[in-house]
Amino acid sequence: MIFAVILAGGTGSRMGVSDTPKQFLEIKGKPILNHTIEKFLPNPRFEKIIVLSPKKWVHHTKEIIRKHTGKTDRVAVIEGGATRNETIMNAIAYIEREFTLDDDTIIVTHDSVRPFVTHRIIEENIEAAIRTGACDTVIPATDTIVESEGVAIAAIPDRRRMYQGQTPQSFKAKMLRDTYMSLSDGEKEILTDAAKILVLKGKTVSLVRGETFNIKITYPYDLKIARSLLEEEIHD
Amino acid sequence: MINTIYRLRSPRRFEIAFDELDLSSGVIVRPTHLSICNADQRYYQGTRDIRVLKEKLPMALIHEGIGQVVYDAGGSFNPGDKVVMVPNIPCEDDPYIAENYLRTSKFCGSSADGFLQEYICIEPERLVLLPEGLDPDVAAFTELVSVSVHAVTRFEQIAHARRNDIGVWGDGNLAFITSLLLKKMLPESRIHVFGISREKLSDFSFADSTYLTTDIPEDLQLDHAFECVGGNGSPIAIEQIIDLIRPEGTISILGVSEYPVPVNTRMILEKGLRMFGTSRSGKADFLRTVQLYRDDPEIPMYLSRLVGNTVEINTYPDIKAAFEIDTKKAFGKTILHWNI
Repeated sequence: MIFAVILAGGTGSRMGVSDTPKQFLEIKGKPILNHTIEKFLPNPRFEKIIVLSPKKWVHHTKEIIRKHTGKTDRVAVIEGGATRNETIMNAIAYIEREFTLDDDTIIVTHDSVRPFVTHRIIEENIEAAIRTGACDTVIPATDTIVESEGVAIAAIPDRRRMYQGQTPQSFKAKMLRDTYMSLSDGEKEILTDAAKILVLKGKTVSLVRGETFNIKITYPYDLKIARSLLEEEIHD
Repeated sequence: MINTIYRLRSPRRFEIAFDELDLSSGVIVRPTHLSICNADQRYYQGTRDIRVLKEKLPMALIHEGIGQVVYDAGGSFNPGDKVVMVPNIPCEDDPYIAENYLRTSKFCGSSADGFLQEYICIEPERLVLLPEGLDPDVAAFTELVSVSVHAVTRFEQIAHARRNDIGVWGDGNLAFITSLLLKKMLPESRIHVFGISREKLSDFSFADSTYLTTDIPEDLQLDHAFECVGGNGSPIAIEQIIDLIRPEGTISILGVSEYPVPVNTRMILEKGLRMFGTSRSGKADFLRTVQLYRDDPEIPMYLSRLVGNTVEINTYPDIKAAFEIDTKKAFGKTILHWNI
């Protein structure tokens, strides 16, 4: 079985202008979270779309889904965890509790604030996760990446080998959970995303090509871009 | 839902745009196989009148295509159903005028966005279920086949009943499909095809005879004729038809020409000919086309000869590459495998 796992755990601190978490801000009269869920909803391969929200926003999340997307039994809203990866573990626990968790169970994890994800990216994620066990969505880096401790340049890696991570990140859920449980507390502390769980243990995470417009709406500036994308065109 | 649309901004230049699709209305179809038409090429290459281009662009091209139903809030279709999309969008009912001739109708890839989109939101009445096992590369250009079916249907309604010898002018895709359908739908008639390329004409193996337009037997006469040439070839094709056709025959005009075509009206009058245009098609023509596929598996088999280039569309630049490949083809259809 294949599940979409929408990570709506953000609290909006980087948005600055509002106490409302960024996934609840609206584009074209609809919360970003709804736009994102609706990119997964038409795909019949998903058994369930699991939305993970901070505890105090769970009720609100259910309300806005009902209000803007309509009543759907294909979406479940549950409470997220303290970190991104704990949130994913909550989703896997939910799958194990409500469905069946076996070696072939796939989760497609996605930021709730990337509503421009495409059908192709989602499909290629599913296929890559089935084939290789794990994948990450990336685009080639366009800026030169500089490595530093914060004072001076330590290294400038070859840009041709650099990619910018997006989401979805997709996994065989049981393998991801088992690997996560095997990490030490120290290893867990340095995790920035779920793919790193596997990279730390030397497991293969394949690449899926993303899109430059699959942006993450993090800052007020991103929100302006997202709003203008729905109004205007991108020229080649 | 946010939908990604790939529009032609100006000749040879596409752009990405986003629009909001309402999941609660219409059927959401994921396009899977699309096919490029000459009409799309005229926009892409900028050979349409500059005023037309200015008025219509930016616009998503492509009006020939099939897809899979992914969501239907109304319940008419099930997820996974394979369907062909009818690009004509009638906005009124008329008891006498067919939907494809109503001036109020819209048409995808002409007066509305075409199928170069991540998802298509379409009314259930504009979808026709495809038979299981049909080659999707052939099904992709069902719209073009339905145009020929429409032409033959109109012919059946208009032409007198002596239909022993029917001529088809043209050796391109439309001529191939029209002459094939004439042979299948009117099996008693002899179908004669007239073209300029001996090589292309050799593909018309189902026809009773094929002729180079420069080498037509002097004693050949026809009851009716179909003009599937268009462009600069229209005047000479129509002239030859008027010469060869018997009195009171019908001439079906299918070829599109950007410029006015001079016609020998004196002989039209003397022979009492009926010349009528046929353009595009409607839902009924799609239904009849799909039924023909079901009833006679030889039809899709013959049509598979038209499948030329098949191009995988995984990224935005692949669309432009496919149109460029299509400009170089001599015969057949360019099929897009829509993975984007």
